Amino acid sequence: MELLAFGDTGWGDELFYATLMTIAVSITAMLIGFLFALIFTPLKLSKYKLLNLIGNFYTTVIRGVPELLVIYLFFFGGSGAIMFVASMFGYYEYIEINAFITGSFAIGIISGAYSTEVFRGAIQSIDKGQFEAAKVLGIKKYIQFYKIILPQMLRLAIPNLSNVWQITLKDTSLISVTGLVEIMRQSYIAAGSTRDPLFFYSFAAVLYLLLTFLSMKLINRLEIKYSRGF
Amino acid sequence: MDLELMINSFPKLLNASVITLKLLSLSLFFGLFIGLLFAVMRMSKNFILNKFSYGYSYLFRGTPLLVQIFIIYFGFGQIEFIRDSFLWIILKEPYWCAIIAFALNTGAYTSEILRSAFQTIKKGYIEAGKSLGISSKIIFYKIQIPIAIRQSLPAYGNEIILMLKGTSLASTVTLMDLTGVAKYIISTTFKPIEVFIVAGSIYLFMTFIVHNLIKFLERKYNY
Repeated sequence: MELLAFGDTGWGDELFYATLMTIAVSITAMLIGFLFALIFTPLKLSKYKLLNLIGNFYTTVIRGVPELLVIYLFFFGGSGAIMFVASMFGYYEYIEINAFITGSFAIGIISGAYSTEVFRGAIQSIDKGQFEAAKVLGIKKYIQFYKIILPQMLRLAIPNLSNVWQITLKDTSLISVTGLVEIMRQSYIAAGSTRDPLFFYSFAAVLYLLLTFLSMKLINRLEIKYSRGF
Repeated sequence: MDLELMINSFPKLLNASVITLKLLSLSLFFGLFIGLLFAVMRMSKNFILNKFSYGYSYLFRGTPLLVQIFIIYFGFGQIEFIRDSFLWIILKEPYWCAIIAFALNTGAYTSEILRSAFQTIKKGYIEAGKSLGISSKIIFYKIQIPIAIRQSLPAYGNEIILMLKGTSLASTVTLMDLTGVAKYIISTTFKPIEVFIVAGSIYLFMTFIVHNLIKFLERKYNY
């Protein structure tokens, strides 16, 4: 137990901050994923073949390629890509992006592909009559979306989004390969310096279980809130 | 775009995907048995068996696969009596450690898929079997299992694809699978995009085949 003590003697405080880092990366990645979903869901639902193709390409590639490979792409290619863009604006110095941004972007893109599928499914399962009724009543397009489609869509999407959240949370363990100190990386460091990998990796597992358990409790509340009246 | 590198790395990556496929097929094979065992336990009325199975699937589905591999590969080697026992022959190999972790992980997901498939079987089928005087063992093998397999095909197809992606984690325990070799080429040439395109295409091709295979089976066992 003294291995988990706070302060200089144990790894408690380090692991605590690492857990906060995991939560921060997961939330950032989830939000970046929502941004991507916001762009790609309309593309997938669009009438135009070309836009459809772009949307399908994104979700198919990301969901068919291992997460680790995507992370390596961003880890090794990220600063190169940024430097290329910067060079177009006449900036030629070396730019290093920090691991947090690379990591949450990589996981965000993956999470976005899953979110896109969830939103697409939710919108498609809303009754066509709702769209038609809004049209007949002469409601503006964006009010129709915010006041009629979105509330109904959220109710349908929340259970599946909770799955996406779980996937995202677990995927953040993979960005430990880039050196960002989250739960997995911290356990790796602790295991290396104390030569007690079994204890630290098991403790990491407990931390992840705790996170998934608590977030499930929270999401269940949301679910109840949004399914009022049904 | 470095076309030459893409062409040169293609055979190397293709060679490495053999290991990926080996890892996938072996872990799916063992995982299916583990899944079936835990699905049956989960449906049993015995409180302990039921809760044990629930705990197992909760544990393996609630933690990242990476943690599971690390516990088995780095963690178990630390225990004295495992190192002294015959288990060490298996557990000192990263290859088998990866397969054990993958099989246990996919077993947990498979047990959930099979359980829900068993639960959707209409009671009438089983009652019909019973009233025809068929023993419950034969009802299980000849009625429940075939229907459950058909029911679980779409979800199991997804699980195979998730597992295919999961095998990439074997590269973190020194195995040179498709992702491992891709990472090696990236870190020696610093051309991540080219290598990503080639390795990604191989993965996509494999998912494409799995996807169509499952679709074919779904049509074949349609009823």
